[in-house]
Amino acid sequence: MSALTIFYALLFYAATGILIFGVAAKCWVYARTPQPLKIPTPPAPTTRRGVVLRMLLEVTLFRTLFRSNKWIWLFGWMFHVALLVVLLRHLRYFTEPVWAWVALIQPFGLYAGFALLAGLAGLWARRVLVDRVRYISSPSDHLMLALLAAIAASGLAMKYLTHTDIVALKAFFLGLMAFQWQPLPADPLLLAHLALVAGLMIVFPLSKLLHAPGVFFSPSLNQVDDARERRHVAGWSAQINHPARGG
Amino acid sequence: MADFETPALGEYPVIPLLREGVMAHSKPYVAKPDLQKPLGFPGELLPDWEKVAIAKLGELVSGSRALQVFLDACVKCGACTDKCHYYLGTADPKNMPVARQDLLRSVYRRYYTFAGKHFPKLVGARDMTKEVLDDWYSYFHQCSECRRCSVFCPYGIDTAEITMAARDIMDSVGLGQKYSNEIIGKVHKIGNNLGLPGPALRDTLDGLEEDVKDETGVDVRFPLDEKGAEVLLITPSADFFAEPHIDGLIGYAKVFHAAGISWTLSSHASEAANFSLFIGNHDNLQKVAERIREAAIDLGAKRIVVGECGHAWRVAYSFWNTLIGPFEFLDPRYPVPQHICELSYDLIQRGALRLDKSANDDKVVTFHDSCNVSRGSRMGDVPGGQFTIPRAIIRACVNKFVDMAPETIGEATFCCGGGGGLLTDDLVELRVKGALPRMQALQQVVDAHGVNYLAAICAICKSQFTKVLPYYKHPMDMIGSVHGLVSKAIQLGPKP
Repeated sequence: MSALTIFYALLFYAATGILIFGVAAKCWVYARTPQPLKIPTPPAPTTRRGVVLRMLLEVTLFRTLFRSNKWIWLFGWMFHVALLVVLLRHLRYFTEPVWAWVALIQPFGLYAGFALLAGLAGLWARRVLVDRVRYISSPSDHLMLALLAAIAASGLAMKYLTHTDIVALKAFFLGLMAFQWQPLPADPLLLAHLALVAGLMIVFPLSKLLHAPGVFFSPSLNQVDDARERRHVAGWSAQINHPARGG
Repeated sequence: MADFETPALGEYPVIPLLREGVMAHSKPYVAKPDLQKPLGFPGELLPDWEKVAIAKLGELVSGSRALQVFLDACVKCGACTDKCHYYLGTADPKNMPVARQDLLRSVYRRYYTFAGKHFPKLVGARDMTKEVLDDWYSYFHQCSECRRCSVFCPYGIDTAEITMAARDIMDSVGLGQKYSNEIIGKVHKIGNNLGLPGPALRDTLDGLEEDVKDETGVDVRFPLDEKGAEVLLITPSADFFAEPHIDGLIGYAKVFHAAGISWTLSSHASEAANFSLFIGNHDNLQKVAERIREAAIDLGAKRIVVGECGHAWRVAYSFWNTLIGPFEFLDPRYPVPQHICELSYDLIQRGALRLDKSANDDKVVTFHDSCNVSRGSRMGDVPGGQFTIPRAIIRACVNKFVDMAPETIGEATFCCGGGGGLLTDDLVELRVKGALPRMQALQQVVDAHGVNYLAAICAICKSQFTKVLPYYKHPMDMIGSVHGLVSKAIQLGPKP
């Protein structure tokens, strides 16, 4: 077993652990933190079902973003959908036999790779060219785009420029999942691609990527507009001492 | 007149290029110790204020899921950057919602996140310094907490929540805003924002009874502290004598009269406004609201109706049930609380009011959706009732009504520029510039349709427009109450 294989095996175990436990810990904090007052942003649904529908439209179609800014929506939506398809396409490296629908989407995954890069380029261009967005950008915002773009570019390079040994790669990941380590091909592009992906997994729970779980906990989006019909109390509002009621 | 230029209205709205620091000088007067202490805040800036502020920030975030999520989730996409009326009117980049949030987020990151503790430069985290505090005081008093940014944020991030937290932190270290804190003190001490004592209020109401009698020949009553009245009316104290607010109060009284509903005001709770919302302080928010429950029980009222006041309606609709409920002592057949517009609308639907539209034929009316009604509450049973119900009332009272551009009304309405505790003369420049987007939309309907009456249902909007309309070459009396229109149209005499 080469040092390289051991290093990457440990790296992916660590990255997976940080991603899962980090995001779970954050979700635990979000869920546990009380929301003392009702603050749904209108037009807000008046039923739970309405909230589910609102949330679905937000996370699948980015409805609010579409209303706010067509360019950000176009690039952002393109990027996210492409990322999803690319991720699904990668399931073939983790399943044996490969599920039929994963096999079916393989060609779409390739187009998605380019769409992903195009979306990132659009978002990055706005960050540089639009003075308002440039003003609000920190170095980390640029680095995040750089990281994602490098992951996409290195992935596409392995498909179109220098092929890597994907059979050995698949054996490596299946081995990781079964805790029976197999050697990882020492291909520089592949190593770069994997290191960047591990990096993304590690920064996920420490960065603005928390918007992904966070959106589901946003009170302005997930609250039902029923303040008059149902008395809502939580946190400090549940502790109010009512002098008039002797309580 | 202050030394600043009123922004010019172009042919169409433009998103300005950034002009850094142009509004850094805008700061409201600081509250003196005698205004701070009755609210439970330190009199002046504490010697160890940095530590206290950081601890308070942590406490607020751990007690509010909204803050917890909003501070983490922003991806700096930029969707909100052109949505704030103060940014559009001033071009100061710190008036972009995300940049305003970042004033607080940068400090939160520094002390409460792994990335900010270890890589502050990378993620834009900052120490809590005097410079940062100065920025907070300036720019968190350039937000009217109108929630327009929240409507356009893909995660619903509401800058109002962040502004409220920042103001609460500043109060907790002894840096309060004179205007809001003085007013909250008056409510605690006397019962209303204006410091109007009970006997003076009775005098004012007697005067109104005479005025209405002179005008209509009908004995319309303005009762105060009448036990056993069915409705307790809670209305902003500006309705008692400010123009054009008072026409609204006369309108409510005529509606009650025409419908035969017994009602009363309360000298104990002679104020709907609750400026504690603006400073984000829950203790004061609850305490000010509690007076209303006390008054309702004391007077034996069966319903509580709220007059035309934007943030008061937000507090009433969204928070009362939480803060001072449950309302088991009120009549469950009516919504608690009920907006005066809901009440009038129901009566109009049932044909219980006789309205003569031609009485308002001198007017071409448009309606300004007030932010706290539009984005902090609702009316009626269906989403958007807060937009349709006031318009339905207006249409029942006037022949000529037009709406302003769709992207400037409804839930996308532009703030009047004076909400959220900024309605003070020390912030006139901000108020005039912040009114720009609304004035732009108004100008369009003035030019295209000859609009000469801007109707609103918020005491702050009415006062703000009275002040800023002349800066944009409109007469100050162009602004009026929705129930001012009802008052003109309603027929009180015996049926013909």
